[in-house]
Amino acid sequence: MDQLPALPALPDEAVVLGARAGSWREAVELAGGALAASGATDAGYAVDMVRMIEEHGPYVVVAPGLALAHARPGPAVRRDGLAIVTLAEPVPFGHPYNDPVRVVLALAGASSARHLQLVAEIANIFNDSDAVERLAQAASADEVREILGVPAA
Amino acid sequence: MKILTLCGAGIGTSGILKVNAERVLQRLGIDARVVAIDVSMLESELDDAQVILTGPEFVDAIGSTFADVVVVENYFDTAELQRKLELALG
Repeated sequence: MDQLPALPALPDEAVVLGARAGSWREAVELAGGALAASGATDAGYAVDMVRMIEEHGPYVVVAPGLALAHARPGPAVRRDGLAIVTLAEPVPFGHPYNDPVRVVLALAGASSARHLQLVAEIANIFNDSDAVERLAQAASADEVREILGVPAA
Repeated sequence: MKILTLCGAGIGTSGILKVNAERVLQRLGIDARVVAIDVSMLESELDDAQVILTGPEFVDAIGSTFADVVVVENYFDTAELQRKLELALG
């Protein structure tokens, strides 16, 4: 068994359902706010996640309707963290294939190696499945945790 | 054989492409080393790479190369990845 659990816990503070965002930036900032509220990161991590998209484009929209917001490990990351924001109205990120976004999954890893492990786990959840659709429809944090297979604490 | 997966930080979306490419390669019985990189590592890693998997945003950054540049649409769709890898390697 691995020493670390597959994915970090997802406390209620890290889940925001049916949020309203007027732009991709607001959507990512909401997810960053949820990460900070859960204690995984400082508020600055949201700024780092926005900057990644400003620098490299909307490449974080990795599948139809899903944005995987993240930034590099650094001083703003206190520990591994996960946050989920679902959007009441889908928001375009400017991606050629996968717009508009309905679910933002924000990820923070305490190290680059750990971050890679976490995205591998996330791939297992979303591969060949309707996980994005189910997350978009989720009505409670418990339901989100069940879809992702993560605990509340 | 070496396959690169390329993204902004080298630890996020390229990591997804890496695990899914490894999964597909195993299915196809192809022996390859898959390396997740960011744009700053391109120059040092590009020389002996046969295929680069990435999103549409990074094609321009790659520039001219002998490697096959494969643009992935849905990073979680291993069927798409398999189809495109078979085409690039076949």
